Amino acid sequence: MSEWWTYSLRDLLLFSSRTYTRLFELHNQEWWPLPLFALALGAVLFALAWRGGERAGRALLLVLAACWLWVAWAWHAQRYAPINWAAEYFAWAWGVQAVLLGLVAWQGRFDAAPAAALRRGFGLFLVGAAWVIYPLLAPLLGRGWTPAELFGMAPDPTALATLGVLLTIKQRQAGGLFPIPAAVPPDQREATLWAMDAPEFWIAPLASLPCGPAFVLAYLPGCGDKPGTQCPPRVA
Amino acid sequence: MKPNSTRRRLLGALAAAPLLGPAAGLAQPTRPATRTIASSGEAIPLVGLGTWITFNVGNDRAARDASAEVMRAFFAAGGRLIDSSPMYGSAQEVIGYGLASLGRPADVFSADKVWISDGDRGRTQMDTSRRLWGVPRFDLMQVHNLLSWEVHLPTLFAMKAAGQLRYVGITTSHGRRHGDMERIMASQPIDFVQLTYNLVDREVEQRLLPLALERGIAVLVNRPFQQGALLDRLARRPLPAWAAEIDCTSWAQFALKFVISHPAVTCAIPATTRVDHVRENLAAAGRRMPDAAMRARMATFVAGRG
Repeated sequence: MSEWWTYSLRDLLLFSSRTYTRLFELHNQEWWPLPLFALALGAVLFALAWRGGERAGRALLLVLAACWLWVAWAWHAQRYAPINWAAEYFAWAWGVQAVLLGLVAWQGRFDAAPAAALRRGFGLFLVGAAWVIYPLLAPLLGRGWTPAELFGMAPDPTALATLGVLLTIKQRQAGGLFPIPAAVPPDQREATLWAMDAPEFWIAPLASLPCGPAFVLAYLPGCGDKPGTQCPPRVA
Repeated sequence: MKPNSTRRRLLGALAAAPLLGPAAGLAQPTRPATRTIASSGEAIPLVGLGTWITFNVGNDRAARDASAEVMRAFFAAGGRLIDSSPMYGSAQEVIGYGLASLGRPADVFSADKVWISDGDRGRTQMDTSRRLWGVPRFDLMQVHNLLSWEVHLPTLFAMKAAGQLRYVGITTSHGRRHGDMERIMASQPIDFVQLTYNLVDREVEQRLLPLALERGIAVLVNRPFQQGALLDRLARRPLPAWAAEIDCTSWAQFALKFVISHPAVTCAIPATTRVDHVRENLAAAGRRMPDAAMRARMATFVAGRG
């Protein structure tokens, strides 16, 4: 599109808020009872993140890899692409993240010691919010339960839970897993929500905002690798 | 033609063509008025149906059926021209679904666009669009937002010569690239232009609409309601009593009558998801229309000075 920079987000919006909400309704209805399984999986994710340690870390990343792959195909490629031609690119990005999560789960070295308390606490909050609070947004905003967004089924709670998990584990390569899920809230869904004047557009960006500094401090390259390296203080 | 004579012609048309009586071309009271496409003499209703956002409902069966009902009401009220684009997500497919469920109405005037940078892939895209609509050929094919118009227009002219489409056009929206559009209108044998025009976005009155009249180019108008934003603003005020003089019963009809009463405008293409709105829109193309004095009064009122 020529002069694309002169268009506002609202000019580029391809669909109505009604159509967008219906996507989540249809997604949950057509895959029923998978949403119930997704809720249970969210509980498993939270329990693993709470437990911590190497085995739990690998399991967390494997669960997330499967979820990212599923959302890439079932949501972006199958559900979202018919109304938004950019969804094909989102699907590829989500597929890449699934592969990265799988690779780190398979080959990465995990620290058995728990992450610093504040960092871990914030990570657990994000995982819990993605698991419990996100599904409540639709009924709280008067849309009923049918378009509820669930971890493992919808993109936002899945990305948010991923950010939370990456804060709870201690794994040196986990910093490389941060950019794609961190880009999801501000770049994709929330831009759409903002353009549609949806009241909840600020939730995911606000929740993920502290993740940036947290990850920089937690995964700054080289810090602590060599004796005598001066590192900034870790979060908490 | 000299600019002055064009201006005189436009002013004359503005004063004489819009009527304070039954609109020209109105076959019966319930049918929309028509205006002729200068390059062919074919008459089409002054109000068509846009599909931007409203018809992009994906695979939602209920929403597709609702879109088909909008199309049914549109055709029943005398509408003909439906406009879409490959850019509009699933809109073309939803139009095809609607046409199929309505038994493929013979009088549909199909208007679509080519929207791709690579000129070599233009024909493939147009063929895909045609299959999605389920029509043997498009009536009008336009270059969307002037994207790669230099390579697409020769292809479209060749297709028109071969009988693979009936009219060739170019589009812009949101008031962009008017200079480029003017140059193409002045130099290329196009049949249609599509542009944004409404009660507040009136820049096209200065050069593009007079040029369209002068060159015999039909004009489709997008965003007559500014995608609803204009109507939202107007709804804060009551419809003035004098709107009854031109048979307006709503702000939508007020806005639409202003657009289609310009003598250069061939068809406005408001989009809607509602059957009652599509009927209301088509009704705006019937009965009494504003003359030049009334148009000025309408614009002044909307600008907050009336």
